[in-house]
Amino acid sequence: MEKVIDIQHLSKSFGAHEVLKDIDFSVSKGEVVCIIGSSGSGKSTLLRCVNLLEKPSGGQIIYHGKNILNDEHDPVEYRAKLGMVFQQFNLFNNHNVLGNCTVGQIKVLKRSKEEAKKTAMKYLQVVGMEAFVNAKPKQLSGGQKQRVAIARALSMEPEVMLFDEPTSALDPEMVGEVLIVMKSLAESGLTMLVVTHEMAFAEEVADRVVFMDKGVIAEEGTPVQIFNNPTQERTKEFLKRTLKKI
Amino acid sequence: MDLQWLIKIATENAPMFIRGAEVTLFISMIGTIIGSVIGMLIGVIRTIPVPERGVKKVVIKIINVILSIYIEFFRGTPMIVQAMVIYYGSAMAFGIDMDRTYAAIFIVSINTGAYMSEIVRGGIVSIDKGQFEAAHAIGMNHLQTMFNVVIPQVIRNILPATGNEFVINIKDTSVLSVISVSELFFTTKSIAGNNFRYFESFFVACVIYFIMTFTVTRILRYIEHKIDGPEDYIMYANQMQVETPEDMLRRINNNNGNI
Repeated sequence: MEKVIDIQHLSKSFGAHEVLKDIDFSVSKGEVVCIIGSSGSGKSTLLRCVNLLEKPSGGQIIYHGKNILNDEHDPVEYRAKLGMVFQQFNLFNNHNVLGNCTVGQIKVLKRSKEEAKKTAMKYLQVVGMEAFVNAKPKQLSGGQKQRVAIARALSMEPEVMLFDEPTSALDPEMVGEVLIVMKSLAESGLTMLVVTHEMAFAEEVADRVVFMDKGVIAEEGTPVQIFNNPTQERTKEFLKRTLKKI
Repeated sequence: MDLQWLIKIATENAPMFIRGAEVTLFISMIGTIIGSVIGMLIGVIRTIPVPERGVKKVVIKIINVILSIYIEFFRGTPMIVQAMVIYYGSAMAFGIDMDRTYAAIFIVSINTGAYMSEIVRGGIVSIDKGQFEAAHAIGMNHLQTMFNVVIPQVIRNILPATGNEFVINIKDTSVLSVISVSELFFTTKSIAGNNFRYFESFFVACVIYFIMTFTVTRILRYIEHKIDGPEDYIMYANQMQVETPEDMLRRINNNNGNI
């Protein structure tokens, strides 16, 4: 399958602290990749590096055969091709739900207002938030905000969707509604890169699971391999801790 | 204090008082608006991310130094002295003959701009980092991020401070009497010079100043409320664009067939 994003020897340090060490990793078209690992293992940093919200210290990010870390490459154009969903939602507070989904289309993709609205309504229906078009972000619950954030990212019609722990800031009862939306997106064939603590979601939805530990990819494989027959000692240790019933 | 004198002065000189109040309000309002725009632009320029190397870095550095000098100079010197330097100074040194009112608006604007740029910078810094990241993530550049996402939120947040500047400007335009701008203080001075009733004349001016500042603060408070909007979202209250055929039918039935 065609590789959309191919990461080679990626590293990232904050001062003397090396967060990512020589990461090799790729995402193919239509694939759903879940990145799991304990806090501080570098999984969020990896995702932010893919989106260039953090500037990698070394290595290459190949997007459709082009290294986007070259100086001559325009990061703004590349970013518009990736949709990002944040842990803290980060909806634009000055826009209502519809405005959140249209402003990027109008300003970045230069679509007309009507076209942007049509696209936005299409994706707001996908996430089940079409009845809230005029609501301001502060009037919504966490789960609703996150669904709008997903619709906002989808409205840009990105090639790859990045999810940075989309359910970690939600109340337990709201996690479900977001995961259902994400699952339906995965089934629709969208290319997704998901950093998550929801092991059940990873097991059920992912085509491939990547386990990160201390800034390196410790193990990767199909969900069955990772969750049932992990080969690495640290993977076993991590899964024992997270899957443990209380 | 003589109440009769007070009424007499207020009524006999009403046109002059009103004319003075108008000029005061005009200068301070235009000055605050232009000053806010200056402050907003400087705030946006000063928050441009500086690249690690290259020509752009040097250019941004130089611009920032120039802006810092502007801010420090106009914040650090009294407006009354600036008025003298700009109006009489430019006339004597360069032979520029400015209209008094334009000179007054110019002085108030650049003064307010210096203060507002710091207020705006504070407002931009206080906006959640996630708002910038979300805007960058959907592909906006610095200017698009600023004008579509950050500045509208900054305007709401700095509205109280802007109102403060406006009130200060209404009062501080009185120093412009040194360049003979016919604002409220200047006209009151000439009224008092005619009737030698300093207390009563300036008492009337006091009341007019207070009415102006108080009204302005009330209006701004009202605007703040308007911008904030309601806390709760009323579903289907203003949702015409998502009305489904079923809703339409229900609405027609509820209204006994009248749309």
